Amino acid sequence: MATVKLENVTKSFGELQIIKGVDLEINDNEFVVFVGPSGCGKSTLLRLIAGLEDITSGDLSIDGSVVNDLPPSERGIAMVFQSYALYPHMTVYENMAFGLKLAKESRESIEGKVREAARILQLEHLLDRKPKEMSGGQRQRVAIGRAIVRNPKVFLFDEPLSNLDAALRVQMRIEIAKLHHDLDATMVYVTHDQVEAMTLADKIVVLHGGIVEQVGSPLELYHHPRNLFVAGFIGSPKMNFIATKVTAVDDAGVSVTLPGGETIKVPVNGENVQPGDKVTYGVRPEHMIETGDADAHIDGEVFVVERLGGDTYAYVRAEGTEMITVQTSGDSHVGVGDKLHIGVSAATSHLFVADGDALPLLARNPMADARKGGMLSDAPGPKAEPH
Amino acid sequence: MSRNARRLLLRIAFYVLVIFIVIYTVFPFYWAINSSLKAGTDLFSAAFLPPSPAWTNYVSVFEDQPFALNILNSVYVSGVTVIISLFLAVTAAYALGRIKFSGRGVLLLVVLSVSMFPQIAVLSGLYEVMRWLGLIQRLESLIISYVIFTLPFTVWILTTFMRELPKELEEAAIVDGASPWQTISRVFLPLLGPALATTGLLAFIAAWNEFLFALTFVGNNNETQTIPVAIANFSGASEFELPWGGIMAASVIVTVPLIVLVLIFQRMIVSGLTAGAVKG
Ligand SMILES: Nc1ncnc2c1ncn2[C@@H]1O[C@H](COP(=O)(O)OP(=O)(O)OP(=O)(O)O)[C@@H](O)[C@H]1O
Ligand SMILES: [Mg+2]
Repeated sequence: MATVKLENVTKSFGELQIIKGVDLEINDNEFVVFVGPSGCGKSTLLRLIAGLEDITSGDLSIDGSVVNDLPPSERGIAMVFQSYALYPHMTVYENMAFGLKLAKESRESIEGKVREAARILQLEHLLDRKPKEMSGGQRQRVAIGRAIVRNPKVFLFDEPLSNLDAALRVQMRIEIAKLHHDLDATMVYVTHDQVEAMTLADKIVVLHGGIVEQVGSPLELYHHPRNLFVAGFIGSPKMNFIATKVTAVDDAGVSVTLPGGETIKVPVNGENVQPGDKVTYGVRPEHMIETGDADAHIDGEVFVVERLGGDTYAYVRAEGTEMITVQTSGDSHVGVGDKLHIGVSAATSHLFVADGDALPLLARNPMADARKGGMLSDAPGPKAEPH
Repeated sequence: MSRNARRLLLRIAFYVLVIFIVIYTVFPFYWAINSSLKAGTDLFSAAFLPPSPAWTNYVSVFEDQPFALNILNSVYVSGVTVIISLFLAVTAAYALGRIKFSGRGVLLLVVLSVSMFPQIAVLSGLYEVMRWLGLIQRLESLIISYVIFTLPFTVWILTTFMRELPKELEEAAIVDGASPWQTISRVFLPLLGPALATTGLLAFIAAWNEFLFALTFVGNNNETQTIPVAIANFSGASEFELPWGGIMAASVIVTVPLIVLVLIFQRMIVSGLTAGAVKG
């Protein structure tokens, strides 16, 4: 399998620069996920790797050799499109065999590869169908099968699951994770979906306006976001941000005031801040404690409550803030109009300076380097979808 | 008036209109068949059914002139015109519909405006060209000129269809290693079937019925004439007799293949051929 390396890659459409200098290393067998807001250039970056767009400047290497000028078919990649892009006039078998036929492989070799891919994807009974006679999930599997038979060095996926309904999406997500496990392939995956990104990725690349904001393991981004943008983008519901001022700095951390007047000392490196500096205090909804012990408290009034069954979200107005989201248990009796004394703990707090950069946490969160979620080699694949 | 009564009245008016339109369009053809089956003096009666139907007109068409040869000429000219025109149009439409280059819009407009020249305007120039090529009295002169005047609309129609094919389909083919020609021939052409049938048919009909060029380039010789010229040159028993029966019979003979073609290809002209390509 293969590595992918981007060095200062840019892409302009006419005058407009869309990708503004991306450096990225993708290791062998790695599952890399691109996330970012709509229009930030995720698809464009993927298409640059695929060779469907020309690189304006910079170098792209696959497996150690520069491939800037190679056509897609010679880069050793396979791409799965959001819209599947199956050839409508061909059967499933012909769809998967098309590339191999063009490469003039022998009939037996084609047959073997297609049957093997069909077996992996549980498509054996559908080989004679046309795309229009299949469900969305089945079509997506055929599109993946078309990629598998090419035995590519790198798989590229552009939002492959976004046309499927929620249940099917979960199933296909597990299937893709299993595929990655079984094929030991390098995969690059674009998605909008937080859960897909967090569960599938070895490494998440957060893109914003054509630049890379941060690269890291899912939990590294979750616990150690490098700036306000990443902190706000990773995690759902979004991290709470409260504008405040530094009151004291010492070796053990930086102290700031919270709405209501209490002070909290966040264990971050405060070398570059002084008392009086404006900073943003951040804490995730799931790290706020509705009641009980904590390092400090924020007082506020609940104005909306959403009950999801397992969890309850309370939206709170506190002095000097617009809205604070508090995630609490499904059993919580919190109601609209309640006054809350919300606890926050120093260990799960973040501070960001005026230009948005995070102050580095003094202690690395132990989960940031935890092993990625995974599966047993003989984990059962999801059942073939009924049809 | 109640709503139901008004609806009924509207419906009746609608069908009256439909019947009127059908009669208006079908009547000339019906009259041609009617006349072609009348022999001798029956031709001058206005009967709506031939008093004594006879095939004599049909027989005489083939016996008195080389009409079979004329039909073959027309089939050859129209068929080859369609093949060349579609081949050029498909490749041009691929470039115009799917490849971005500057001046594409201008080029399309030029193609369209070329088709607006009246035939007569280019006739004398084209005649010189054909003479220079040594093609006068040869059917190839017609093929060349028909390709010239069918290309604008075949290119336009196919470009429109080509544009609507999903971009991902082409990209999937590129990733699969298809060359542009393989993408056209193995992915696009099968999907363009309905469009090809439509444009091919239009080009065929245009070439089949064309008169002016045919008269000018190959009109001097009975054996090289195409159908419209041949029919116009039918002669009767005497100089003063117009062979109406024969002309009508010949017209019916050459119209039937067109109708058959349309009926065959109508089945192909179904929408939804791209169903299942993208999304679900
Ligand atoms: N062929 C093109 N010509 C001009 N601009 C383009 C082209 N392709 C993409 N862009 C622009 O580049 C920007 C990034 O597009 P891209 O498709 O990469 O976004 P994305 O991150 O994939 O968004 P989404 O999440 O909505 O799919 C957009 O502003 C888009 O308008
Ligand atoms: Mg995209």
